Amino acid sequence: MSTTALGRRTRRDKRRRNAAAYLFIAPFMLLFATMLLLPLFYAGYLSLFTEQLIGGASFAWFDNYARALTDERFIGGVVRMCLFLVIQVPIMLLLALLFALALDSMRVRGGKFARLAIFVPYAVPGVVATLMWGYLYGDNFGPIAQFMRAIGFGSPDLLGAENILGSIVNIVTWQFVGYNMVIMYSAMRSIPGDQYEAARIDGAGQFRIAWSIKIPAIRSSIVLCTIFSVIGAFQLFSEPKLLYEVAPNAIGSSFSPNLYAYNLAFTNQEVNYSAAVAFLLGIVIMVVSYVFQLSTARREKKGARA
Amino acid sequence: MTVMRRGTVLTFGALAATSAMMLVGCGAPSTSGATGTTVEPVSQADIDKALDTPTTIEFWSWVPDIQNQIDMFEDLHPNITVKLSNQGGATAQYQKLRAATKSGDVPDVVQIEYSFLPSFVLTDSVLDLRPYGVADLSDQFVDSAWTSVAMNDGVWGLPQDLGPTGQLYRTDIFEKAGVEVPDTWDEYAEAAQKIKDETGAYISDLPGNSFSPILALLWQNGARPFQFDGDKTVTIDLESEKVTDVIDYWDNLIQRDLVDTAPQLDDNWYQSVASGKYASWLAAAWGPTFLQGTAADTAGLWQASPMPQWDASAPASGNQGGSAVAVTSDSDAKIVAAEFVKFLTTDQKSTGSLATEQFIFPSLKATLDSSEVRDQELDFYNGQKVNGVFADISETVAADWQWLPYNDFASSSFKETLGAAITEKGDLRAALEEWKTELVEYGESQGFTVVTE
Repeated sequence: MSTTALGRRTRRDKRRRNAAAYLFIAPFMLLFATMLLLPLFYAGYLSLFTEQLIGGASFAWFDNYARALTDERFIGGVVRMCLFLVIQVPIMLLLALLFALALDSMRVRGGKFARLAIFVPYAVPGVVATLMWGYLYGDNFGPIAQFMRAIGFGSPDLLGAENILGSIVNIVTWQFVGYNMVIMYSAMRSIPGDQYEAARIDGAGQFRIAWSIKIPAIRSSIVLCTIFSVIGAFQLFSEPKLLYEVAPNAIGSSFSPNLYAYNLAFTNQEVNYSAAVAFLLGIVIMVVSYVFQLSTARREKKGARA
Repeated sequence: MTVMRRGTVLTFGALAATSAMMLVGCGAPSTSGATGTTVEPVSQADIDKALDTPTTIEFWSWVPDIQNQIDMFEDLHPNITVKLSNQGGATAQYQKLRAATKSGDVPDVVQIEYSFLPSFVLTDSVLDLRPYGVADLSDQFVDSAWTSVAMNDGVWGLPQDLGPTGQLYRTDIFEKAGVEVPDTWDEYAEAAQKIKDETGAYISDLPGNSFSPILALLWQNGARPFQFDGDKTVTIDLESEKVTDVIDYWDNLIQRDLVDTAPQLDDNWYQSVASGKYASWLAAAWGPTFLQGTAADTAGLWQASPMPQWDASAPASGNQGGSAVAVTSDSDAKIVAAEFVKFLTTDQKSTGSLATEQFIFPSLKATLDSSEVRDQELDFYNGQKVNGVFADISETVAADWQWLPYNDFASSSFKETLGAAITEKGDLRAALEEWKTELVEYGESQGFTVVTE
C-alpha cells in the first residue's frame, strides 16, 4: 500500500465522514430554515408595511417601529415585565437554590419524594396550571378566599388590577422553581467529593460548605438559569392570556409585550405593527441577556484576578 | 451517499419553495371578494346539477351536535358530504377564518355572530347570497335577525339563532323580599333595594367582561351607538341621552351596592347564580336552558318574564348574541354551500330539531311560532312556556341596530375602559368617554371616516 493511496483513502474517509455529518444536521437545518429563519424574515418584511382595513397596504419603512417606541402600551408592557423580572426571578432562583442545597445536604428525609414533588409542577402543562390557579384565586368560591374568610379576613381580590401581577408571579414561580432546582441540584452532584473532604478537614460546617464550595461551583448553572428566566419573563404570554378569560378588566390587551403583539395581530388586525412590536421585543430581550452575560463574565474575570 | 445528499437538497429546496409560496399566498391580499351590485341569479338547473355532483364542503360551527342537521342534509342529497369542524368557539374561529381568508384556503360555510358579520363583509370574506335565491326569504325571519344579515345592498348569510333579552328571576327570593316582578326600571330599582335589605342578595349582576348585556340595555332604550354606511363612514354615538340615561341608571345601582359587577358566565358566576347570590338575570333567549345546566339544584324556583321597561306602554328589548350562517367568498362550491345554508336555517325539520333538541332559539318565524317550540313546557321553570315568553320578546326588539365593522377591537377595548370601570365600580361616565375615544382613534387609524354625534 503506497502512501498516496493511503492519503487518498483518508481523504475519502474524511469526505465520507463530512457527508455523514451534513446528513445528520440536515433535518435540523431544514427545520431551522423553514420554521425559524423564513418566518423571521417574513415578519421582518411585514413589519415594514402598514395596512388599513380601508385603504389596503403600503410600504412604510420604519414607521411601525417609530410608532412602537412611543406606544404607551408597548412601553408599559416592557416596564411591567421588567418589574415582573426584578421580583420574580430572584425569588424563584433563591427558592430553587435553597431546595437544591437542602436536597444535596442529604439531611432531608424522603429526599427523592421531595425532589419529585417540587419538580412536578413543571410537568403540568402551563395552560392547565393557569386554569387551576384561576380557580384557586376566585374571590367567591376559590379555596384561598374561603380560607381567608373563615379565619376572619375579607376575601383578597387576587384577580383584581392591583394584585394580578403578584398572582402571576406566584404561578410562574410555582411552575418553574422545580426545573431550576433540578439544574442546580445536578450541578451540585458533580462537584468532586474530595473538595468536601478537604473542607471538612479544615473544619467547615454545612453552611460554610454551601456558601464557599457549592454555590461557587455551580455558578455557571445559576447564570444559565438566570438567563433562561429573564428570557422567559419577557416572553410571558400564556398566563396572562388565560387569566384574561377570568379577569379581562385587570389584565387588558397589553399586559405583556407578547400578549400585546398577539392581540394586535388577531384582535386589532394590525399584523404589520404586531410584527414590528415582536421584533422590538426580540431586540430588548437580546440586549438584556447580553448585558447580563457581559456583566457576569466581567465579574468572573475580576474574581479570577483577585 | 451523493445521491442521498442530492435527494436531501432537493427535498430541502422543494420544501423551502413550498413554504415560500405559502408565505406569498399569505401576503397576497384576497381580491376574489364578491362585491358589486349586479346580481345574476343562479338557475334551478344549476342548483340541481351542483347538488347531483359529488362534492365535499367544509362547515365551521360551534353549535353542539349540529352533525344531526348535517345528517339530514346529506340524506336529502346523497352526493354531498359536509365536513364539520369546530374551531374552538367563536373568537378562535374568527381568527382562524381571517388567516384562512388570507391564504385563500377557506371553509365553505361558517357560523358568524351578527355582531361580527359586518367586519367580515368589510373584508369581502363572505358571499352575497342574493343570487342564490334568498332575497325573498326576508319575511320568514324575525325582523331584527334579518336586518342583521341584510345590509349594505347584500344578504351576507342567513339567520340561525337569536338572543332577545328577557329576565329570569328567583321566585323564592322575590317572595322573601315581598316584591313583585318589576315591570319598569323604576320598580326595578325599588325592588333591588328591598331585596338587598330583606335577603342580602343582589337583584342582578351587570358584568364588565362582555359588552353584550350593557349594549342590549342601550338597544332597549333606543340608543344606536354604532352605524356603518357599508363604505367607509362609521358613526359612533356614545354621548346621547339615550346612552347616558342607561349608564347613569346602572351607575346609581352599582354605587348603592344593589347590583353586583362580577364577570358573567365564568365558574365564579355559575356558583353565585346557583347559590342565590343573585335574585335575577337579564338573560338572552339562550339563557333559560343554559341555567338548567349550571344551576340544576334550583329547579322549580325560576320564572321568565320580559325585561323591565322604560315605558311600559311601549315594550322594547335588545338582543344579546345570535348568529348567522354564511358562505365564504372563496368557496369552491358556492351553490352547494348556499343550499346547505338555506337548509340549515329555513328547513322546518332542521330548525325544529335545533330548537327542541339542541335548544338553539330560532330566528325563523315558522319554527318560533310552532307549538313544539312555543308551547314547550320546561320543568325547571315550573312548567312555564319559557320559549313563548322569549318569542313575544323577540317581536319587541327594534330592527335598526348596527354593529361596528371592527367589533373585535370594540369588544376588547370595552373590557379595558367601560367594562373595567363597571367591574371596579369606578367612574362610568369617564370610562364611557375613554371607550369612545379609543373607538374613534382606532377607526381613524384604519382609514374610516369617523363621525361622532
